[in-house]
Amino acid sequence: MAAEGKIDPMHQFAVEPLVPLHVGKYDVSFTTSSAWLLVALALIIGFMALGMKRQLVPGRWQMAVEGLTGFIDDMVKVNIGPEGKKYVPYIFSLFTFILVSNLLGLLPLAVIPGLHPFTTTSHFSITGVLAVMSFSIVLIVGFWRHGLHFFSLFVPHGTPAVMVPLIAAIEFVSFMVRPFSLGLRLFVAMIAGHILMEVFGSFIVSGFNGGPMGWGVGALSFLFIVGVAALELLVCAIQAYVFALLTTLYLNDAINLH
Amino acid sequence: MDFASAQVIGAGLAAIGVGAAAVGVGNVFGSFLESALRNPAAADSQQGRLFIGFAAAELLGLIAFAVAMIILYAR
Repeated sequence: MAAEGKIDPMHQFAVEPLVPLHVGKYDVSFTTSSAWLLVALALIIGFMALGMKRQLVPGRWQMAVEGLTGFIDDMVKVNIGPEGKKYVPYIFSLFTFILVSNLLGLLPLAVIPGLHPFTTTSHFSITGVLAVMSFSIVLIVGFWRHGLHFFSLFVPHGTPAVMVPLIAAIEFVSFMVRPFSLGLRLFVAMIAGHILMEVFGSFIVSGFNGGPMGWGVGALSFLFIVGVAALELLVCAIQAYVFALLTTLYLNDAINLH
Repeated sequence: MDFASAQVIGAGLAAIGVGAAAVGVGNVFGSFLESALRNPAAADSQQGRLFIGFAAAELLGLIAFAVAMIILYAR
């Protein structure tokens, strides 16, 4: 990368097979993406296991785990009510997985030669599946609890009879767009941040290679990228939070209608 | 105008939407802060709605970004 000033910001998202494997016509190789998914899983399991000793007086680690679970628990309780307790495990898995994958992609592991962090959430195939999972759970819960009455979701209370067809159409579109907006938001936010950092990272390199005029550009880019990195940490947390929050809100629609 | 230059110009025009979304996000947080300072006691309970508004405003900017990328890398 950054050879002769040619910036290729998309290269970092390339999925490369580590263990090629083909079943019939399908390519099911063990890729960098799968490897980083496993790393995220191992980190989450390790973090949780170390804090689940159930001591009466919690240590630091247990406090951290309790803070995380309590945070999700509160969010679900506030947004869905007591009925939402069943869905806490799903929301919790969603939140921790997205948060850990986002943060893993930001780790400066590339200082070790040959190792490149890969953001699994920067691929629509991953975030799209997460979004479809949330959406299917909403649909299943909605139809399970309310049967065909679930369609009253498309007509808010107190809509004048004249407006019903229009409102129903609008609500239907906004309902069907949900899985796309959920998946797209996370994936684009991750991709945009990484492209930004890649582009300014190569500005530093080509700036300092470009003689005295370039040094200023390089130094400015360096200052800028420090700020962007801090912002990216915030975005990682916000995107994970927004994904979990929107899923709870959609679940709330399905459970309590409106 | 050849295809490559039209592509770059188009992607640049599409990126204007990101700036518009920035106005939206700023508006969401600005209005929240303004009212949160008037009634700090009610601020915490509205944080969920704050992030919904933020998510909605941000999504539109991200869609503009996605459109710019699609135009830029179209063949």
